[in-house]
Amino acid sequence: MRRIDLSRIPGARWGVISSPYLWMLLFFLLPFIIVARISVAEAQLSIPPFSALFQWAADRLTIEISFASYQWLVADDTYFRAYWQSIQIAFFSTLLCILIGYPVAYTIARAPAHTQPTLLLLILLPSWTSFLIRVYAWMGLLSNRGLINQALVGMGITDGPIQMLNTNFAVYVGVVYAYLPFMILPLYANLVKHDNTLLEAASDLGARKIISFFRITLPLSKNGLIAGSMLVFIPVVGEYVIPELLGGRRTLMIGKVLWQEFFNNRDWPLAAALALVMILILLIPIMIFMRVQQKELEGRR
Amino acid sequence: MNAATETTASDVRARERVKKKPLLSIEQVSKEFDGTYAVDSVNLQIYSGEIFALLGASGSGKSTLLRILAGFELPTAGRIRLDGQDLTGMPPYKRPINMMFQSYALFPHMTVEQNLAFGLRQDRLPRAEIKDRVGRMLDMVQMKKFARRKPHQLSGGQRQRVALARSLAKQPKMLLLDEPMGALDKKLRTRMQLEVVDILESVGVTCVMVTHDQEEAMTMADRLAIMDEGRIEQVGTPVDVYESPTNRMVAEFIGSVNIIPAEIQADEEDHMILRSPELPVPIYIGHGVSSGIDQRDMLFALRPEKTILCTEQPEGDYNWAAGTVNDIAYLGGHSVYHVKLDSGRVVQTVLANRERRSPRPTWEDRVWVCWESDAGVVLRD
Repeated sequence: MRRIDLSRIPGARWGVISSPYLWMLLFFLLPFIIVARISVAEAQLSIPPFSALFQWAADRLTIEISFASYQWLVADDTYFRAYWQSIQIAFFSTLLCILIGYPVAYTIARAPAHTQPTLLLLILLPSWTSFLIRVYAWMGLLSNRGLINQALVGMGITDGPIQMLNTNFAVYVGVVYAYLPFMILPLYANLVKHDNTLLEAASDLGARKIISFFRITLPLSKNGLIAGSMLVFIPVVGEYVIPELLGGRRTLMIGKVLWQEFFNNRDWPLAAALALVMILILLIPIMIFMRVQQKELEGRR
Repeated sequence: MNAATETTASDVRARERVKKKPLLSIEQVSKEFDGTYAVDSVNLQIYSGEIFALLGASGSGKSTLLRILAGFELPTAGRIRLDGQDLTGMPPYKRPINMMFQSYALFPHMTVEQNLAFGLRQDRLPRAEIKDRVGRMLDMVQMKKFARRKPHQLSGGQRQRVALARSLAKQPKMLLLDEPMGALDKKLRTRMQLEVVDILESVGVTCVMVTHDQEEAMTMADRLAIMDEGRIEQVGTPVDVYESPTNRMVAEFIGSVNIIPAEIQADEEDHMILRSPELPVPIYIGHGVSSGIDQRDMLFALRPEKTILCTEQPEGDYNWAAGTVNDIAYLGGHSVYHVKLDSGRVVQTVLANRERRSPRPTWEDRVWVCWESDAGVVLRD
């Protein structure tokens, strides 16, 4: 087989290096600029439904930048509550994912080497079906005439059905269910690398298993824990489908509000401003995530 | 034999210890894994204050035995007593024994100081005492400057010192060393061997080490045990084991040896004579073996460095062989000659290079190998 020597092709080097940047430019920076530009326009009944940035009239070029949308964001506390609730739901879902995911990841990492791939497959298998179908399935399970309520009433545990669908409880169930693999996989990847002799050394030095866990295993899995948490927290803040389908009227998440502003109110500038602020809020966790990943890569070298 | 006449420092130390009572006794300990015995009915006494080495090839069961002592494996049968206390079923965290791991197993997220303090904190010692003891340990291994460093910021030798200090911090009754030099390169190894022995002797801790490196075992240990297939083949001082191996396996495992089958012709109190079809003259040995042997077919074991290479036929009636030079390994300080005897057997002999560029036998030369009457050992087949 002939191997192609890339260094002989002119421009190949630049092509390889610049392609990810080109990708980021086209699919991240450009859309971001467009969203930012819309957020400083004013809503209009036109196509597109916002005012133009540049106007040429009477031999003058005027640039109109309006901060009305941002003022509106601050004035109406609905938006603040939506952000707050999104962060709250994301935070507690992340916590629940840790509480459920850590023991699962730990068990898989400790399982005999030949059964580990099977166990991981079982974690991943559900995500091979459509996300939407799985959320709908939860609607079937949680609704007043759903499987769970039928079982509860049938066994005589409760007199009538418990309202579960269209509550924040259902949102938590859906979010934790959907995002659990994103917690388990990075945690597993971290835990499986742990050196068992460290635990033997701890035991040799007088530590019982529970102490070894909290003083050796847990601190050493910090990076996996952070990576998993970010993979859950960041997308859940902007989650739309789950609160829309499983949540109720009182579920106020930023993804849902954004959709409403965009499609129901046709207020594109406000929706754009909402999206922009959300990105700014998520910037901090994203930066933490990148830093941890950087450290992990450096540690491997 | 040499062992009886020659005494080295370690020999003397070991002999002094024999008078002391055993600190650790391993009684009929076996460990079975899926029908095969990794450790097979081992009996061993370790004396207080000695450095004892378990020496063997990989798979000989030495590591399993060490892990049984540490408590990571439970023996299938047998008892382990330390200072009168039965340890057999005791979990590792309760044993007054600490171990230095081959990989050192330093906690990567803790500083050197925190690593040393880990075991002391498990004992809930007062903070001031922990600090004091960690300080003394750091002084002992000369790592005070590096107290705040993390393990990955240390060199191999420094890591080993930290690991040693950590395993000694709790002042264990017994220290276990698993291939203590295994992770070091050769140059550093020889230096650290002596350094570690110095530290162990200054602390006075009883120590059991496992190694596959015979040089390491002989340098560091007062006594050693040769293990093979889960059994102990011989226990003794390095001199005992090297000069008076009790069987073929031990003779071949430690150093190199020429083994020649021979038959007893005469076994008197002050000498014995063996005859080998491979040698032109009989073998004369300056002492008797034992009167009670019915068996006549024996093995004559002769170390290469105890033979002399001659270019002319010796005049004596005993203890020489004739052959041609088959191979020469020039090692600088000495050369190892592989001489092919007339019977076809190849024996090794050592020629010290005392002079620069003196004429010496070369390939295909006719040579004679001879030895003194106390040079070899007779082993049962």
